[in-house]
Amino acid sequence: MTTATPPLPLRTHVAMFVRLLAIQGSWNYETLIGTGTGFCVEPALRLLPGGPDGEAYRAALARQSQYFNAHPYMAAVAVGALARAELDGEAPKQIERYRRALCSPLGSLGDRLVWAAWLPFCSLVALGLFGLGAGPLLVVGGFLVLYNIGHFWLVIWGLRVGWREGLRVAPSLGTPILRHGPQVIGRAGAVLGMLALPLIFDRIAGSGPSGALRLAFGMLVAAVAAVVFVRLQGRLAGWKAGLIALTLVALYSTLRS
Amino acid sequence: MTPGDTATVVLAGAVVGFDTVSFPQAMLSRPIVASTLGGAIAGSASLGLLCGAILECFALETLPVGASRYPEWGSASVVGGALFADAPNGAVGALVMSVIVGLSGAWLGGWSMVRLRTMNAQRARRNHEAVARGDPRVIEGLQFSGLLADLLRGAALTAVLLALSLPLRDLAARAWSPSMADTRLTVAITAVAVAANAVWKHFSNVPNARVMMLMALVAGAALYFFT
Repeated sequence: MTTATPPLPLRTHVAMFVRLLAIQGSWNYETLIGTGTGFCVEPALRLLPGGPDGEAYRAALARQSQYFNAHPYMAAVAVGALARAELDGEAPKQIERYRRALCSPLGSLGDRLVWAAWLPFCSLVALGLFGLGAGPLLVVGGFLVLYNIGHFWLVIWGLRVGWREGLRVAPSLGTPILRHGPQVIGRAGAVLGMLALPLIFDRIAGSGPSGALRLAFGMLVAAVAAVVFVRLQGRLAGWKAGLIALTLVALYSTLRS
Repeated sequence: MTPGDTATVVLAGAVVGFDTVSFPQAMLSRPIVASTLGGAIAGSASLGLLCGAILECFALETLPVGASRYPEWGSASVVGGALFADAPNGAVGALVMSVIVGLSGAWLGGWSMVRLRTMNAQRARRNHEAVARGDPRVIEGLQFSGLLADLLRGAALTAVLLALSLPLRDLAARAWSPSMADTRLTVAITAVAVAANAVWKHFSNVPNARVMMLMALVAGAALYFFT
C-alpha cells in the first residue's frame, strides 16, 4: 500500500541515476533491458530488511532482473516505481504484474517523445546552426547541451515520480509534456527542418557569389530526389541509396582520370 | 596521422561507440559531434564538422529504437571526420571518401551491435539460474561484461575502419578528377535530399504539416537568396 513518500538516501538516489545511464549495458534479444533494470533497482533493494545478505533482497533482485522492455530514459519511471513497491513490501505477484504492464506505455511514450521528436529536432537545430555558419564549438556544444537538458530532465523526473507514486505511477504518465510534447516538438521540427535545408545545402555545397544559379539548380535536383525518397519510403532507406550514389560517383571520378 | 593521433582516434571511436547504446546515450555518437571530434584530433575541427554535418543529414533518417536494427554512427563518424581533416589541402576526393567511410562504417557498426547483443543473450542464457536466484555478483557481472564488450567493439571497429580507409582515401585524393565545386554540389544534393526525406518522415504526421513545411521551405529559400 503506497502512503507518504519515504525519503530515499541521496547516495542511493545518485547510484540509481548513474546506473540508469547504463541501463542498456547488457541489452540482448532475450531479456532486453531486464538485467539492466535489476542492476538499476539494486541500490534501493539494499535497504530491504536483512540488507544485501537477506532473503528479501535476493528475491526482489531476481524479480527485477527478468525480461523487461521500455525506452531507456523512460525506464527511470519503472525503476523508481518498482524500487518503491519492493520497499513498501507489495505482493510479489502484484509487482510482477505491474512490471509487465509498464513495458508497453514506457516504450511507446519514450519512442514518440525522444526518438521520433526530440532527437531529430535537436539534430535539426545543430544543422541549422551549421547552415547559419556557426563554428564547431557552437554547433556541437549547442546540440549536446540542448539534447541533454531533455535527456537528463526525463531521467531525473522519471526516477522521482516513480519513487513518489510507486504502483500508482500510471496517472503521472498523462502529464502534458508526455501527451502533447511529441506534437509540439513535431510542429517546431517541421518548420525548422524546412527553414534550415537551403542554408545547410549552401554551406555543404560551398557557394560563391558566381555560383547562385548553379546552387539553385542543385537545390531543385535535391528537391526532386527528396520527393522520390518520400515516395519510396518503407521500400528504400535514403541513407543506403545515398551511400550507393556516392560510391558510384567515387568510382566514376577516380577511374575516369 | 601520427601514431599518437591514430591511438586517440581509436580511443574516441571506442568512447562514442559506447555512448550509442551503453553509456550514457548523451548523443556524443551523433555524426555532427563524433566527426567534429575526429576532425579536431586530426587537426581541424571545422573540416570534421563539415563531414559530420553531411553524415548527420543521412543519420536524421534512422532512429535508434530498441530492438530494431539501425546503423551505429558514432565510431564510423569519428573515422570519417579524422580522415577528411587529415587529408592534404585541396584533396577533393577525400571528402566523398570520408562520407562513404562514415556511411559504410555505420552500416558495419550496426551489424557489430547485433553480434554483441547475440553474445549478451548467450551470456544471459548461461547465467539464467544464478539470475533467477538473485545473485548480485552475476547480475552486475553481466552488466559490466556487456559494457566492456561494447567499449571494445567500438575500439575494434574504429581501428579496422581506419586501417581499411586510409589507403582508399589517399587513392581517391590522388586520382579524383571533378572539381571541388562539382564534388561538393553532388554531396550536398545527396545529403540534403535524404535530410528532407527524414524531416518528412518524422514530422509530416503533425496537423497542417504540409502547409507549414511548404511555407518554411519558401521562407528558408528566401532567407538564403535575399541575404
